[in-house]
Order: sequence, then structure tokens, then C-alpha cells
Amino acid sequence: MEHEVHTNGKEEVRIGFYICHCGSNIGGTIDVAAVADYVRTLPGVVVSKDYKYMCSNAGQDMIVEDIEINRLNRIVVAACSPLLHEKTFRSATHKGGINPFFFHMVNIREHGSWVHEDKALATEKAKAVARGAVGRVRFHKALEKRKEPVTQSVLIVGGGIAGIQAAQTLSNAGKKVYLVEREPTIGGHMALFDKTFPTLDCAACILTPKMTDIGSDPNITLWSYAEVVDVKGYVGNFTAQIRHKPRYIKEDLCVGCLDCIDNCVFKQGNTDDEFNQSLSKRKPVYIPFPQAVPKLVVIDPEACTHLNGGKCEQSCATACERDAIDFNQKESFDDIEVGTVIVTTGFKTFDAARKPLYGYGRYDNVYTALEVERLVTSSGPTGGEVVLRDGRRPKTVAIVHCVGSRDHQTNRWCSRVCCMYSLKLAHLIKEHTGAEVFNFYIDMRCAGKGYEEFYERLLEEGNRFVRGRVAEVTDVPVSAEEEGKLVVKVEDSLAGFVRRIPVDMVVLSTGLEPRQDASNVRRMFNISCSSEGFFLERHPKLAPISTTTDGVFIAGCCQGPKDIPDTVAQAGFAAGEAMALLDKGFVEMEPMTSFVNEELCSGCKTCIGLCPFSAITRDDAKEVAVINPVLCKGCGVCVAACPSGAITQNLFEDCEIFAEIEEVLAHA
Amino acid sequence: MSEKPKIAFYWCASCGGCEESIVDLAEDILEVAKLVEIVLWPVAMDFKRKDIEALADGEIVATMINGAIRTSEQEEMAHLLRRKSRVLIAYGSCAHTGGIPSLANQFSRSELMKYVYHDAPSVDNPESIEPVSAYQSATLPVFRDVVRSLDQVVSVDYTLPGCAPNPALVLAAVRALLSGDLPPKGSVLAPDVSLCDACPRIGSKPTELSIEAFKRAHLHPIDPDQCLLAQGFACLGPATRSGCGERCIRANMPCTGCFGPLSSVRDQGAKALSALTSAIGADSEDEIDRALDGIPDPVGTFYRYGLAKSMLRRKVDLATTTKN
Repeated sequence: MEHEVHTNGKEEVRIGFYICHCGSNIGGTIDVAAVADYVRTLPGVVVSKDYKYMCSNAGQDMIVEDIEINRLNRIVVAACSPLLHEKTFRSATHKGGINPFFFHMVNIREHGSWVHEDKALATEKAKAVARGAVGRVRFHKALEKRKEPVTQSVLIVGGGIAGIQAAQTLSNAGKKVYLVEREPTIGGHMALFDKTFPTLDCAACILTPKMTDIGSDPNITLWSYAEVVDVKGYVGNFTAQIRHKPRYIKEDLCVGCLDCIDNCVFKQGNTDDEFNQSLSKRKPVYIPFPQAVPKLVVIDPEACTHLNGGKCEQSCATACERDAIDFNQKESFDDIEVGTVIVTTGFKTFDAARKPLYGYGRYDNVYTALEVERLVTSSGPTGGEVVLRDGRRPKTVAIVHCVGSRDHQTNRWCSRVCCMYSLKLAHLIKEHTGAEVFNFYIDMRCAGKGYEEFYERLLEEGNRFVRGRVAEVTDVPVSAEEEGKLVVKVEDSLAGFVRRIPVDMVVLSTGLEPRQDASNVRRMFNISCSSEGFFLERHPKLAPISTTTDGVFIAGCCQGPKDIPDTVAQAGFAAGEAMALLDKGFVEMEPMTSFVNEELCSGCKTCIGLCPFSAITRDDAKEVAVINPVLCKGCGVCVAACPSGAITQNLFEDCEIFAEIEEVLAHA
Repeated sequence: MSEKPKIAFYWCASCGGCEESIVDLAEDILEVAKLVEIVLWPVAMDFKRKDIEALADGEIVATMINGAIRTSEQEEMAHLLRRKSRVLIAYGSCAHTGGIPSLANQFSRSELMKYVYHDAPSVDNPESIEPVSAYQSATLPVFRDVVRSLDQVVSVDYTLPGCAPNPALVLAAVRALLSGDLPPKGSVLAPDVSLCDACPRIGSKPTELSIEAFKRAHLHPIDPDQCLLAQGFACLGPATRSGCGERCIRANMPCTGCFGPLSSVRDQGAKALSALTSAIGADSEDEIDRALDGIPDPVGTFYRYGLAKSMLRRKVDLATTTKN
């Protein structure tokens, strides 16, 4: 039967409609055959088919063939989210010989079968949204993607192990890297650790050579003690402003001889040493740790007498043979252009004081795991001696797992690394002190290569494991053996009764959290956060290091808690993605941007201030608004606000949107 | 029979201002009168419906109808004049987009009757009488459920916008009509660009408006030179077609939107609302509420002339496009 000719006013419209079963994902809930039968009756529809997997080669080929055989000029696919397969079907449409933007996708999986239980209603809804798509696609116009060149450099934000790994990978490929680190040295949390689980590799031994390489790598511009303060642009062409905090040291003159530190008027440290988790003191002029990279001293303006306006003989400046100390140094700025950005800003550990019943801050001998990391390190405040604050060696130690993890009062997520680092600390404490070590755990989560084996090893070493979430740590004794001890109260859920275990030292295995200023970073790079505040990947499985902003990648714990191997793997992945962009050399800009019809524009300026991407300016000679298509992200704010209807957005033209709405509601 | 082209004027649900605007042509009306034969003009001349019925279909060169369509009689006259006229012009805001009368579409017919014949403070109706459309042998036009614009009842060839259209546009339209030099059918006979384009104050409009509180024009002094939006007055100029001669602006009053939307806009009120409220400088819902305190009647502000043509659902949801 010959099809009734249907036009959009310009040409005959011949629509091909395809609905995907997605196995039983869609087909199990929506009667896809009924939808296909229904859509076949709609005006302009020439072909209407259902198929098991539209995204398969066979499914795509079907579209390509039908375009040729039936002279189709519009394609609609009802399947999963366009995020997943819009590209797939656009390229199939293109392969069939018509413009890829003559395609429209309808999401009947995430917005349909996965969220509905009533099959009849879900099928009706699928028909309605399919009708909307058929209604709108007839108005689609041929559009072209624009190509823009990619700046051949990468900005990496955060110099922990993730940033270091990504920078090295990129440098190995000959790429120009800017590595920006907020602290005076790179190294991040990994630099604080003594050993790494489960192999008990010396953390410094594997990390510091990489740090040194970064410092001397000609492809890498390392800016520590610096922060990214502004980012503009788009994939392939970002500009970033970097603020350098004053070190009060001329960086090009300082050779890291440390004479200034030796000659500081303070003979002892006068301020908490952040690197040692405040377990020791440092001087106002300091270097975070001996292997710091870059090996440059810093003067802490809070602690320095002279910078605080006090009287000081400035013996540090006198001692410096190279005249590198500059008390008048001010912050400075660099503007850089980069093609892509990798955000590796890491995590912070849970503040143990938020669990007051565990006594952190109240009892001297309650420590956080990071503090104990410093105690067991030979370069730490005690030279590797695990001793209590009064100098005694602990004879019994309790390690409390899941502090600020898996806890509805604080953080619900599992921090993934605490079980393993607790085992590592148990091993090291036992090794250093011979103490009896208790682990209080909810579940032992030792999934990872060699992890379960490490757990078994700890069991064999005679460590004690008590299954139960610790209720309280107290210093109130109820028996003679508890006198002078900290008592861990816990319901032993294997033995089935409440236990009180007296110990000398309590270690709180604090969980991992997003950094305090993660939301500022998120806004600056225009990426998203999940509800807990970790940066959100574009797809949890298929795009785990991509973000909602093209060209901005994430790696490491800023995306979610993970261990060093996973972090390094992600960082390498991010570097690979960045490299792919750089080597491709150009980016294709989606054409769904907005443009101004100059005839209709009155130059009323309504749109200009509203554009979140500063893409709109006013041409004062022509008295009209002008949208820079390169900066426009197609958000549509200006289109909605333009009181003259003078701004149009490709793929979201009024005729398309209204046709879609009218069709969706047609039988409502 | 006269050789001069026949033209007609008619009024429906309107205030009489549009009739006044024809008289406002002043001496120019003499030029028009010389060139045409007026076959219907209820406000000024004594013709009857049967005089029009007696004409051949299409005999009238052009008819200008002002006013919205509320009653059955207006509907009948619109259909009759459509049939008799080669060109039908919607004259003024009410015929164009429903105008002030269409604000009544916020209420049902029974609500309106209840208020007008019973509840209004000025009503004295002890016997609770309501109008009926037929009594004994007499009949009266039926009061329809909604107010419609002219093009929602009959097909319209051209529109002269404004409350009321200004004489310059009217004269230009009449001259175009007589010379036959007409734009494409369906055109609104005014520039397709918003009032800001012609506004003498555009230079003082900032690129980033930040309205902390909308002000009502009768309560605050108005700077005669500065952009009215920048002063916080809800000026609909950005969302309104120009061509009016910026009469309100020059009289130091904000634009109320009588020239209707641009050709590219489906719903003038929604566009105006979207444009103006996106300029609110507020950080919290409370601040937004405070800013909007200055717009106590949003429908009356943003849809003052255009409710009949808006996409908003009517109180009584009836079809509005029963063309002949």
C-alpha cells in the first residue's frame, strides 16, 4: 500500500521508527510490538519496526538499509538514554546517507520500563513519547558540527599520586603538562604513609622517585603552593588562571640547602607541623618533609615573627648565601591555555571529633589512623617509635574500623581502604611494639589482589578481631584491670554479648570524605557532584573518569574513596583520555547552540547578563545581541528569556518543542 | 452605484477607543473619505445589518473590526463581514489578541454573572435578576463562555495592533490598502521588532539588570530619562512589538504590552514573564517573593491584552478556533 504523502511544508517527510527491546530491559515491561504497530499509523511514518537490540550492528544496519530502500529522511529510535546511544544512532543515520541530526531519540528505558511497573500504562506512555518524537522530528533541520583545534597542553589540578601518575603518563607521550598543587609539596596523602598494603612496600620508596622525576621533567610545569582560581572556555580550549601564594622565597634562587631553617631565630619549632598531623612542631621557615618536591622552603606568615610585624633579626635572610628570602613577596598570577583538565584533588579524612563517644580530642591516647601512620614512619615525629603521648609503649591497642563510614549518623558510604589500612597498621604496630592488637570491625572488606591473603596473614600473626561496631571509648573503669586504661565498649556480634576491652591506645580508622571546598572546585570546572559530594563521573561504568563537562576528567579519591592501585589506574585512564583529545587535534562542537535572528533582535540586552557562559555580547553598531557559538553550550537560558523570540536553539526550535508537546498530550 | 471602493468599520467587545483612533486621523480622515465609500460604521453612520446582507460576497474591499468576540451577535457579524469583505483587518488589541475584555477568561461565565449582577458593591438588584437571551418574542445575543480574538472566530488577513492603533499606522495601512501594495496575508502591520529597538531610553538599560523589587508606576516617582526596567517598573517593552511611537514611554509610563508579541513569539505573557523575572536580583525565595510583591496581579500585568491568545488554559476550557 502506498503511503500517504506527508510534508512539513518544505519537503515530503518519510520517517523510520525503531523501538528496541533491550533484551527484556524494555521488552519485559513495554509491549514494543504494540508501540511499533501504533506508530506505523502516524502521519509521515513509512517504516516502524521493533528489534531485540537496536544498538547492535544488525540494528544499526537495519536503519542504514531502510534509509536507502524506503528513501527515509527522518529517523526516530525509542530505546535507552540518549546519553548512551544517541551518538550510535546518529552515526547510523549518517551512514544511511542523511544528515545525522535528522535523527531523534526517545528514552523509554530509564524514563519508561525501568521506572514503571504497570505494563499497560508504560506501553501507553511509550506510545505518547514516540508520537511526540515523530511530531518533532519532521521539523529537524540539517546541522553541521564545527571543528575547533585543541590546545596541546593539559592542566592537572592536585599533585597527589593521581596527579603525579597522570602528569608522568602525559609527559612520557611528550605532552605539555601544568601540574598545580595547593600545598608547598606534591605527594598528597601517599607521602604521609609509611608502608602500603598489602605488599608493605615502603610508600616513600615508590613515591619519591616519581616526585623527583616530576620536579625535573621539562614537559611538566610544576606549580606547588598555587591554586587554580578561574577557568573559562570549553573542551580543547580552556584558559585557567593560577594564583601563586607567596612563599617569601625567590623560587629561582633557593636551592633547598635549608640553611635558613637551621638559622631561624626559633631554635625549636613554634607551630604545629601539619605534615606530622600536629604530633610535632615546626619552625616558621620550613620544608614539609625532606624529600619535598619542589625542594623549596616556605615561610609561614602566621608563625613568622617578622611577617607578623614583630621585631626579628631575620637571621634566616642573613644565613641565605643566595639572598633568596624575600619578605615582600606578593601573590602572583599566571594565565595559561590548555586543551583539557584533569581534576585530582583527592579527599580529606573524616574528622574523628564528629564521633564524640570515641573520645578523640578528649583522651590523649585516642589517635586517628593518619597520626599512627606518622608514628610508625621512621621519618616521623618519633623516629618510627609507636609511643603514647607520655612516652610509654602501648601494650594493648584497639583499632576501631568504620569511623565516619557506613554510619547513618555521619557518612553512609564505605570508604573502601580502612579495612586494609587497619590491617596494615595492626601489622606495623605489632611489629614495632609487640602489643596485642584488637581490630573492631563491622565486616572485613578485603576485596582486591592479595588483600584477602593479607587478612589471613594478620589472622595468623595472632591479631585479635572482634566483630561489632564500637559503642564507646571510655576512661571510667569498672574493674581493677580497667584502671588507667581506655575501655572499648562493643557488642561482640559473633559471641553475642557486650564486651569491655581495656587498652592503652585506641586508633580510629577514619573514613574518606570529599574535600571541604569540593563544591567550589565543582563550580569552577562546571562538573557535578553526587549527593555525598564526590565528583560525579559521566557514567559509572562506561565513562568513569569523564564528567558532564567535555574535556574535564577526574581521577582518584575526588571521585570516590579508592586505594592507590585504583587511583593510579584511573589517573592513567584520565591521562589516556586527555591524550586522545590532544592527539586527535580537534574537537567537534555539538551544533545544538543558540543563535540570534538579527532582524527580530531589538538589542534589549535581556539575554546578555543571563548567559552562564558569557557567550553573549551586544554589537553596539548593529544594536543586536551576538552569541559566540564557540562559548555557547546550548543551555537554552537565553532562548527562554528572549522576549522577542529572536533567539533560536538548534534542535530546540519552538516548532519542534511545541510539536513534541502537542503530540505527547494529544490523547491525554 | 459608486465607483469608490467600499470599506466598513465594525465594533465588537471594545471600549470605543478604536473608533476614537479613526477620528484621531484628524484632517487626514478627509483624504480617506474622499477615496472610499463607507458602507458600515455604527458609531458614526446609520447603516443596518440588512444593508450589509444586501451586498454581494466580497463586495467590500476592506473591513476593520475592533473589539473581542464575546457574544453570539459579534460572532455572526464577524462571519457576515468576513463573507462580504475581500480583506478583513483585526483592528486594535482586542480584535488582535483579546485585549482587556479577555482578562475575563480567568473566570467562568457563572462567576462573572454572579459578580456583575449580585456581588459587586455597586449593584442594587433586590430581585436577583439575571439577563436571559430569550424572553417571550424578544431575543438577545447569547453571552459566550469565553472571550476570543477575531482570528479565533474568522480568518483575518491583517492586523493593526495597539490599544488603540496610532494614527500613523492606520493611515499607512489605509494607503497600502488603496494602492494594493500589501504585505503577505497574515501580517501584523507594525515593525516585527520589540519596543526596545525604538526606545529613547535604551542607552540607559544596563546589560545586567538586577531588580530587587518591582515598583508600581502610580506609587513611585519615575525618572523621565532612565530605562524603566532599570528603575524597577515592569515595562513590557522588551516583549512587545514596536510601532506605537513609544507613546507611553515618552509620557513617562512603562509599556503595558498593547502592540502584542513579535511574530516569532507564541505567548507574549509567558515571554514577558520569563524576561522580566529572570532579571530579578535575589538569592533566596523570600527575596524573590519580596521582589514580586510589586506585581500583585501577574495575569493583569503580563497578559493585560493577550489572555485570549495565550496558551494558558481558560477557566472554561472550550475550543477557541471555530473558524468559518
